Amino acid sequence: MRLKLVPSNTSWDFFKFSHISLGASALAMVVSIVLVFTMGLNFGIDFKGGTTIRTESSQPVDVGAYRQAISALDLGDVSITEVFDPSFGPGKNVAQIRIQAQGDAESVTPETIAALEQALSAVDPSITFPSVESVGPKVSGELVTSAAIAVSLSILAMLVYIWLRFEWQFGLGAVVALIHDVTLTMGIFAGLQLKFDLAIIAALLTIVGYSVNDTVVVFDRVRENLRKFKKMALKDVLNLSINETLSRTTMTSFTTLLALIALIVLGGDVIRGFVFAMTWGIIVGTYSSIFVAANILLMLGVKRDWSKEGDGGAGTQFANAER
Amino acid sequence: MLDFALWKRVAIWGVVLLGLLFAAPNMFYSRVEGHNDALKAIETQGATPELIAKRDGWPGWLPSGLVNLGLDLRGGAHLLAEVQVEDVYADRMDALWPDVRDALREVRDRVGPIRRIDGTPGTLQVRLGEPAGMPAALEAVRGLARPIVSLTGVGASDIDVSGEGAVLTVQLSEPEKQATIDRTLRQSLEIVRRRIDEVGTREPTIQRQGEDRILIEVPGIGSADELKALIGTTARLTFNPVVSRTSNPNEAPGASNELLPSMDEPGTYYIIEKTPVVSGEELTDSQPAFDQNGEPSVTFRFNPSGARKFGQYTAEHVGSPFAIVLDDEVISAPVIREAIPSGSGQITGNFTVEESTQLAVLLRAGALPAELTFLEERTIGPQLGADSIEAGKIASAAAFLLVLLFMWASYGLFGLFANVALIVNIGLIFGLLSMIGATLTLPGIAGIVLTIGMAVDANVLVFERIREELKTAKGPARAIELGYQRALSAILDANITTFLTAVILFVMGSGPVRGFAVTLAIGIVTSVFVAIYVTRMMIVMWMARRRPKSIVL
Repeated sequence: MRLKLVPSNTSWDFFKFSHISLGASALAMVVSIVLVFTMGLNFGIDFKGGTTIRTESSQPVDVGAYRQAISALDLGDVSITEVFDPSFGPGKNVAQIRIQAQGDAESVTPETIAALEQALSAVDPSITFPSVESVGPKVSGELVTSAAIAVSLSILAMLVYIWLRFEWQFGLGAVVALIHDVTLTMGIFAGLQLKFDLAIIAALLTIVGYSVNDTVVVFDRVRENLRKFKKMALKDVLNLSINETLSRTTMTSFTTLLALIALIVLGGDVIRGFVFAMTWGIIVGTYSSIFVAANILLMLGVKRDWSKEGDGGAGTQFANAER
Repeated sequence: MLDFALWKRVAIWGVVLLGLLFAAPNMFYSRVEGHNDALKAIETQGATPELIAKRDGWPGWLPSGLVNLGLDLRGGAHLLAEVQVEDVYADRMDALWPDVRDALREVRDRVGPIRRIDGTPGTLQVRLGEPAGMPAALEAVRGLARPIVSLTGVGASDIDVSGEGAVLTVQLSEPEKQATIDRTLRQSLEIVRRRIDEVGTREPTIQRQGEDRILIEVPGIGSADELKALIGTTARLTFNPVVSRTSNPNEAPGASNELLPSMDEPGTYYIIEKTPVVSGEELTDSQPAFDQNGEPSVTFRFNPSGARKFGQYTAEHVGSPFAIVLDDEVISAPVIREAIPSGSGQITGNFTVEESTQLAVLLRAGALPAELTFLEERTIGPQLGADSIEAGKIASAAAFLLVLLFMWASYGLFGLFANVALIVNIGLIFGLLSMIGATLTLPGIAGIVLTIGMAVDANVLVFERIREELKTAKGPARAIELGYQRALSAILDANITTFLTAVILFVMGSGPVRGFAVTLAIGIVTSVFVAIYVTRMMIVMWMARRRPKSIVL
């Protein structure tokens, strides 16, 4: 008796409601973009500059008292949030304090940090500062640029790679799916106002990798079936290919999600945002490789006249590179 | 296809065993770490029974490479500093001024009286009395240019001289600026390294980043402030003649003099001559000590040329004070009691023992060629790091267990093969990380957990394919063979794309993000290797022994 996530033989029509799924995706993308532009991303200090201080105390966190102590220092915009995590024992109270960037280009001065730590120690003598991070506005500006470049570059690299190995229609389909995933992830970060920092960019890039991974497996099968069933309509070939790979797609997404859920529950609060982004991305990425990438491919159509190309391979001369 | 040549089997098992062997030290992290530290200590300080016991805690013939723990796991400080190269340009121009003045004086009959004016920083601007003499002035000053020797700037000279109206402008040429940035950065790196090495911490990372930045990561240090205090001071030490002492901070110091505050007497200022008698570059040694009153002090020793200058000056100025200036502050201004021909002396100020030790370190290491600006700093406490490791371990174990169970429930015996392969895979990841001395960071742990989830993908692809091939009933051996063959292109395409993003992450990212990229990339490589060789070999060996008529997958 084997555990199966989906039946062994499925012949579902994934394009029956394609206008609904595509419409839903388009709507979700629009909503995400609107959210990003109206609510804005809650940039962490990596991208905005400033200082975050993590405090730990055996006494309960009194946000009001902290705020009062810090406001006396006149540091401008200060946000204080208490951090809760199931892994904290009793007597471990954690807060995260963020102050805006102070100078023009430099990170914060030691005097400012010392004054801040002193003011907080006066409120709560048992307080400790397990981490202090400060990024100057000069660097944070550059980090924004390089993050944007990294994400665009990776999407471009995917486009080129898939174009070389398959056909440009496949590349475009995969890339639309990627943009879909990245947009939706940014949308949920804006909507829930989760902290968006360098680690989230790393998560985004990983999502890009994962989503392509998923898409490529489907496309690989499409390419194979296109050769095998030369007369079959493209829509049927796509449906067949998705059905054939469905078992694998769900298996892999499921094992990856198992691992990520373990991280969310047990991995501690420091990387929770990062793992959340990844989890969301995997769910969205799995959906998009079927419902977005394949749909785009169907709309674009694929050239199927390969009879003149010798061994009849779809794609370019790189398609059979591994043989 | 289904039988592996003997040499292949040996090679595959060899790689696996080697990987596991290299991973093994990480199971005994503190013991191996003690062993490695003791080895180093014995080499530098000689052996003690305690160190020998520590060294023998891990057999010497076993690999002892460990996965370095990143700052976010071990605790420590991270600094990103920018070197103010413009300061160096300005210094160069100031140093060039006397030469330019002399050169222009020689053509004085044509250019008239000259005067240096304040130009943009890093340039030297001179107003000529006779604008008509500009061609002569240009020629004279261009005569000062020296060709530069560098790979990129062949045939270029070190300064650009231009004239507009009556103003002559001199600045460093572009290739010379490049060469200067390079030189300054290399020198700064070296000095930062020496300063950090002096305090003897474990495995600091000091590297150049981009054009003019230095990245410094020191594990185990208490805070970024401490690190800044250690490397942040320029430590430019000079000995200057004292003109007078005053309590008026606005007093005009007069030409070629300078007004500097006193370090330990608030409200006191010294007017000193700008040109030093001797500077810290001529120091050869500096040690913390105690003076005759038992107060902490710092001793120093000059090199022969410094000693000669120092001896000569002190001989000529017995009875007058001279100032010891550190980074634009007068540490002390003792009166010269007698000539000091030996070239060694002692600096006293109101030091604490700690301050004198640190000053000695700074003086020994030399002055930074330019000031550093700190753009980014991060301090992570050791406890936070330890908590993160603990959480990471538990999460990995849970993820591992869940995936193992799920694979077994889904594929039965083949799932167990995949599970053995997964364990081998994790071992290989750690082995590779240890071998290349990579740094494990918190996102890196997340990367490994993610790999645990994704690593089974290649196996899943193959198994699903075998299932399909079984339906066409060609017999189990043929189905397995076809399964591997047909899944290969999907496996490669899927993993190469993920690998590409890992590469981009590595190139564009910094710090912990890079750590994540490395574990991700290594995870991809090992899981592909394991899926297409190790699992397959296990299946082939099982097939050869059992010769099943049919398989259930």
